[in-house]
Amino acid sequence: MLRLTCPYCGVTGEETEFHPGGEAHLTRSGPGATDEAFRDYLFQRRNPRGVHFERWHHQYGCGKWFHAARCTLTLEVFGTYTAQTAVIPEHIIDAIQSRRPDWRPEA
Amino acid sequence: MSTRIKSGGRLIDRTRKVSFTFNGSRLSGFSGDTLASALLGSGQTLMGRSFKYHRPRGVVGAGSEEPNALMGLGQGPTFEPNQRATTAELHDGLQAESQNHWPSLSIDVGVVNAALSRFFPAGFYYKTFMAPRAAWKHVFEPVIRKTAGLGKAPTEADADRYEHFYAYADVLVIGAGMAGLQAALEAGRAGARVLLVEQTPHLGGRLLSDEVEIDEETSDAWLSRTIAELQALPNVEIRTRLMGAGVYDHGYVTGYERLTDHMSDHMPGGEGPRHRLWRIRADRIVTATGAMERPLAFAGNDVPGVMLAAALRDYVALYGVTAGDRTVIVTNNDDAYRTAIALKRAGLEVPVILDTRDAAIGPLPRQARDLGIRVELGKGIATVKGGKKVEAVEICSQAGEGSVLETIPCDAVAMSGGWSPVVHLWSHCGGKLVWDTDQSHFRPDPDRPPTGHDGAGFVLTAGAASGALHAADTMPDAVAAGRRAARELGFTPSDTTAPTANAEAEEPLQPVWMMPAGASYKLRSKAFLDFQNDVKVSDVQLAAREGFESVEHAKRYTTLGMATDQGKLSNINGLAVLADSLGTTIPQVGTTTFRPPYTPISMGSIAGAARGPLFKPLRKSPMDDWHDANGAVWEPVADWRRPYTYLREGEAQHEAVHREIRNTRGNVGVLDASTLGKIVVQGPDAAKFLDLIYTNMMSSLKPGRCRYGLMCTENGFLFDDGVVVRLAEDKFLCHTTSGGSDRVHAWMEEWLQTEWWALDVYTANVTEQYAQIAVVGPKARQLLESLGGMDLSREGLSFMGMAEGDLAGIPARVFRISFSGELSYEVAVPACYGRALWDLLMQHGAPLGVMPYGTEALHVMRAEKGFIMIGDETDGTVTPHDLALGWAVSKKKQDFIGKRALERPDLIRPDRKQLVGLATQDPATVLPDGAHAVAGSNEYGGPKTIGHVTSTYYSPTLDRSIAMALIEGGANRMGEVLEFPVDSQTVIRATIVDPVFYDKAGERQDV
Repeated sequence: MLRLTCPYCGVTGEETEFHPGGEAHLTRSGPGATDEAFRDYLFQRRNPRGVHFERWHHQYGCGKWFHAARCTLTLEVFGTYTAQTAVIPEHIIDAIQSRRPDWRPEA
Repeated sequence: MSTRIKSGGRLIDRTRKVSFTFNGSRLSGFSGDTLASALLGSGQTLMGRSFKYHRPRGVVGAGSEEPNALMGLGQGPTFEPNQRATTAELHDGLQAESQNHWPSLSIDVGVVNAALSRFFPAGFYYKTFMAPRAAWKHVFEPVIRKTAGLGKAPTEADADRYEHFYAYADVLVIGAGMAGLQAALEAGRAGARVLLVEQTPHLGGRLLSDEVEIDEETSDAWLSRTIAELQALPNVEIRTRLMGAGVYDHGYVTGYERLTDHMSDHMPGGEGPRHRLWRIRADRIVTATGAMERPLAFAGNDVPGVMLAAALRDYVALYGVTAGDRTVIVTNNDDAYRTAIALKRAGLEVPVILDTRDAAIGPLPRQARDLGIRVELGKGIATVKGGKKVEAVEICSQAGEGSVLETIPCDAVAMSGGWSPVVHLWSHCGGKLVWDTDQSHFRPDPDRPPTGHDGAGFVLTAGAASGALHAADTMPDAVAAGRRAARELGFTPSDTTAPTANAEAEEPLQPVWMMPAGASYKLRSKAFLDFQNDVKVSDVQLAAREGFESVEHAKRYTTLGMATDQGKLSNINGLAVLADSLGTTIPQVGTTTFRPPYTPISMGSIAGAARGPLFKPLRKSPMDDWHDANGAVWEPVADWRRPYTYLREGEAQHEAVHREIRNTRGNVGVLDASTLGKIVVQGPDAAKFLDLIYTNMMSSLKPGRCRYGLMCTENGFLFDDGVVVRLAEDKFLCHTTSGGSDRVHAWMEEWLQTEWWALDVYTANVTEQYAQIAVVGPKARQLLESLGGMDLSREGLSFMGMAEGDLAGIPARVFRISFSGELSYEVAVPACYGRALWDLLMQHGAPLGVMPYGTEALHVMRAEKGFIMIGDETDGTVTPHDLALGWAVSKKKQDFIGKRALERPDLIRPDRKQLVGLATQDPATVLPDGAHAVAGSNEYGGPKTIGHVTSTYYSPTLDRSIAMALIEGGANRMGEVLEFPVDSQTVIRATIVDPVFYDKAGERQDV
């Protein structure tokens, strides 16, 4: 049962207060997308052993979606940040690299 | 025979007799007894039968590890099976019954299993029940049902109350023996908020039985001083009868508190809860859970009277009870000598100590010898003689094959195979173990703890739980754990000299996994590893020979460690036997996974208050009371309850439904539609947003107009539907299905926040803010006009229009929409006016013959019109085009959710299942819901399913049965006759027709 901090309302809450929404930073493929791109958008997901970016919803709180960077192996949470971004913020990358010096964001 | 000795027993009060029943017989013990100690004190050594072979069994341990002495406690609504007699506190009126026997404990027919034990080897279930098939029904199942399983399931609802309780601590210390108390004290003195929990009613752990000198004081003096200091610290809370049950991610811990099980005057369901499930968040957890003694694997180690050595001296020290008058000690270590010494000092006979080691030269063996106890080195037990109780032991050389050297009469055996730290809580959340060769056990690896949100370890171990078994090592380990926990949280612990604890020094043990080392098959097949599941040394060896090399496979194949005790006593011995059989080492075999809870916890505590009406809160419309008082037959619809129909006296349900339909189509009916979802979408970009959410074009809707809209998922499948009303240029009201309001609102928010956050749009779910009533039928306008206040004429409010105003003085929005095909208005008023409007409609409508109608009439009328229902005609694989709703899918819009998917070849196949109407050849026959249409044969030679019935009713309007179905290529099969085999004899034939059965031109609604 994770403990997460909502970056909007600042509340640190029990996992039961939140709802997971799968992998973060997916790019939507809409009309005009190739079959492959559309398939990947709908179904292909990363399942890394280590650093992972996830979407979370503060369902029983302020109702906001946010992103969490965490380690699937150690359950370490490197940080949470707004969902209204297409890129991983610098301070999150720094926080990860301070604990995982070899880690690099995927291109 | 077991008995109460004249003196001793620090936990019992000999002046307070307590009476209880065991298998219906009245027995007595003392206040402070456990059920196990009271039974032993009453001479009841036989406490149950084993699971598989129904062998007679007595108590083995004195605590939560007990595998044998399982009882059914209580009666009727308080009955609970599989309770350990060793942890059940005795109280007046306690009713206990032993388990796994028939017809009685001392005469049991299941014991025949034991005679057939060669036919019940490891993997018995997997092997035996393969064939023949017929034997399952007539032989295996009846026999297994009669004899298998541990306790009986309760037959009545649990009368007690339970609750959950949330707590927070800087440092949670689990276990209040010497180590837990000291660790809590160190953290508490440093200022940390400490919660110290202990599963038993008493603080002190093994100090209550085994004397240790601490800082030149007796352990009792140290205990009372330490407890007093802890109690005086305002930041420390101590809770007994509270077990640390499980450790989870990020310092989440469940605790199981038993509040009333020890009380004789507890009224079930009365004032307080019986159990409380604690849901604790702690920044650091110190597990001071001690260690468990291991049994030794010799033939007959399960005969009643064979017990763990420490348990035997616990019974003497704590309860003044002994398992027998003449106790043989068998050990591979020094600690068991404490039992010999304690028994001797209590005036009991210890005919011999059998020590597997070649030398025993420490202070404890010396004391034993000084007391005149015979010590035999290099010896073990070949076999225990006796059935329902120990009569003698045959001794042999540990190194040999079991030749009997001597038979020694005795009535109890104390065994000790060394101690294993209780690592469960450390391991639950991923703490790793190391094999300690010197002490022959797994202990926590402090370098690989479970990690928390910041990547730091959040569990520490203290004392014996770390592997620091000897008191002299336990104390400094506990001090270090308590101080480290505090320091890691930013507190400043004291650096004063730690207390020193002194106990007799101990020589190393000798690992002994089988006794004797070269035991024959005959001996091995009577040497039990797992007492509760009847797994013997020979079973684990067989599993290894048959290729079950992984410890997880061997566990499941043999059932080793799978009973309610989860292998607390058997695991290490089983692993050792497996490792030996595979020719490898114990650390290479590894352990099975430790899973919470530590010991079984009641189902009631898990449910907490979430039972009966509180299990799932019921949503009620503002008119709920009226419905309830007027014959409503309730139907659950999502979280709501809605009237299915309103039953009048003497009416059958279907008659009531037909009456409601006829009256609505002939006069006027009213429907409580308050449960419909209502979501307001507002903002400069609201129209643009709804164009993305709906398949239809919503931006072209004029203010004051309504449009039926569809929503798809990104997969292109229908997800929800409803009427969208444009209230103003920048404000829409989106109606959803009754079950879909929360889902659709969440869906809109998700897209707004995570994909289209640049849009300036706000949403609000106002479902419960409005009551909504559908007024339906030819006299609907007449009825509403009689209320006065709004122009609801054909010209004043045209079909698919919306008007706002006051109806009979109530602020209202009126939508001219129809789900029945009749002239129809849906009136939305603030929820607090819902009942008032309903009453006015019933009053003004009385002369017109108004009747309320329920959800079934609604369903039949919409089916008569061929309107689809989300969840009936859709199942998550159905597109708008499959339902002939392509007209509601915009071709002009560049994008909407699902647009890309609807271009996929599979979604535009002409032979997809498509919506059709069905007219049964016999108009009186109603197709069963879900019936399959078949044609031709499938790849296996059976009939091929080409579709299924999605909605089916008897239509009183048309006086015939009607149905809708999804049929492969249905759109082009008009007029075909399909076959629906509904059972082995009956085939229903139905013709494919237009799904609009009634008023195809739609004239009735537009008047």
